Amino acid sequence: MTTQLTIGFLPLVDACLPILAHEHGFAEDEGLSLTLVKDLSWATVLDRLLYGHSDAAHMIAPLAIATTLGRGRPAQPLAAPFVLGLNGNAITLTPDIAGRVRGDEPGLGDPRVVGAALRAVARERLAAGRPLTFGVVHRYSSHNYMLRYWLAACGIRADEEVEIRTVAPPFCAEALELGDVDGICVGEPWNSVAVERGVGEIVLSTAQIWRRGVEKVLALREPVLEEKRDAVLRLIRALCRAAAHFVDPVNWEHNAQVLARPEYLDGSPELIRRAISDQLLIARGGKMIHYPDFMFQYREAANFPWVSQAEWLYSQMVRWDGLSYDREDAARAARVFRPDVYRAALLGTGEPLPGASSKVEGSISAPTVVGTQQGSMVLETNTFFDGSVFDPHDIEGYLRQLP
Amino acid sequence: MRIAIVDESAARASIIEEGLSELDDCEMIVITERRGLLARMAQIDPDIVLMNLGNPSRDMLEEYFAVSRALARPIAMFVDESDDDAIVASVEAGVSSYVVDGLAAGRIRPIVDLAVTRFNAFSRLQNDLAEARGKLAERELVDKAKRILMQNKGLPEPKAYAELRKAAMDQGKRIVNIAEAIVTAHELMGGA
Repeated sequence: MTTQLTIGFLPLVDACLPILAHEHGFAEDEGLSLTLVKDLSWATVLDRLLYGHSDAAHMIAPLAIATTLGRGRPAQPLAAPFVLGLNGNAITLTPDIAGRVRGDEPGLGDPRVVGAALRAVARERLAAGRPLTFGVVHRYSSHNYMLRYWLAACGIRADEEVEIRTVAPPFCAEALELGDVDGICVGEPWNSVAVERGVGEIVLSTAQIWRRGVEKVLALREPVLEEKRDAVLRLIRALCRAAAHFVDPVNWEHNAQVLARPEYLDGSPELIRRAISDQLLIARGGKMIHYPDFMFQYREAANFPWVSQAEWLYSQMVRWDGLSYDREDAARAARVFRPDVYRAALLGTGEPLPGASSKVEGSISAPTVVGTQQGSMVLETNTFFDGSVFDPHDIEGYLRQLP
Repeated sequence: MRIAIVDESAARASIIEEGLSELDDCEMIVITERRGLLARMAQIDPDIVLMNLGNPSRDMLEEYFAVSRALARPIAMFVDESDDDAIVASVEAGVSSYVVDGLAAGRIRPIVDLAVTRFNAFSRLQNDLAEARGKLAERELVDKAKRILMQNKGLPEPKAYAELRKAAMDQGKRIVNIAEAIVTAHELMGGA
């Protein structure tokens, strides 16, 4: 018997896994029939999820936590049993500012060097009464947290010295063009769209800020997860197969064509293929560069929802929403990520399952073999650019030492 | 009470505005332009914002409410947090509402209910329009099939139509389906 599931998404390259699970029949193989619903704002994706129009959604991870904690609207517990991908975002500045901060680097700059140069620009603009303004896709997005993390570590105080506001991804290029913002932090293909129009140049990939930063998750209402648990387990297996398909170079061209279709991203197959293959054209007329693991969708159990990732996001929520650390909230935030469900879905398959469900984030600086419950796993570099380490057992201590 | 209606569809916005005009002491401001939305919002300083659910500016607007207005006048989303039925009706109709905290629920509810009614009326209108367009397309198809029959079999118009109707009755199909088959066959055979 086929189970019907409706999944909400925003037109971004990292909505790829549910789309491909549907298009390549992986969902069907698991006895699932997926209906994909496209929206243009996260608020709408969330509304559909909360009021039962959709069973699951492609969602920025911090928003799942914020919703669970009741930030901005009545609290409703969400569950994220599957990470749809790591990173895949970039910081794009107007050509003028990019030229000043990029230095002589032919490709993406060193985050420290670019940050130091940007600090000078930010001070100048602040003194001139026109503070630098950045657009991020949502207040509760990894884009916002990554950008703020980088700025702060480079001595630039967000909200005081620079302004950060919300701009929906499809309007990012336009906002740069109109001078509404001086920079954006957004997922693909929207950086490349700005580059193509000549209104922006990519200066950093978020993978340079946190090499393995958590990005989108598959989010469900907790009661729905319980109610449809069997279908969710099947969905996770289908998404995992889609992930393996997505990262295989043999499929890049075809998958880019599928994702570009009007009902999905409605965009340029060429720009989408670039993102999938970790290629970035950082400036119009410039050279194409290859930045490995720009998007990270499968290897190293990338889809495993590490509880420590949720806890890091909570720490940033405390940091930037001006909250005080709350042990109860931290526990509720941690429970959003559901490695138990991920394990239940993939136990007995060929997918590796880590032994632990939490790790010290940013601590791995060389390939490391980790203990597993199933299969074998080597984790590669997973550092923050400033060398800082997040120990989920001491969130308060971590917050104290942040700038 | 000031009500801002934000909708990129000017037609729908005016239908909502018209529907709400029967309310007493309500001032309505319609915004259809995405650019400069926040500045307009600051200027209007509305008590209630009605917005189509799928509006791409919602994230931006919610951020604005959360940050700029947090201290002065918190904005509650949708009608009343506890009133699930009303929220579901809103979402079904495709309307999202942002309401300044402190307004009595009794004053908000009729406005949002009315907005939901108008949204539904608009989508009914659209369905009717789509249906009318479909009917028009059907008539064109039948005319085309008729012309093919007239040309190829040298029939006068009433006879061509009678043949179409007879084939439909014999096969238990709609005339338009027969017409479609004829037009398709004609095109496949190289007809223009």
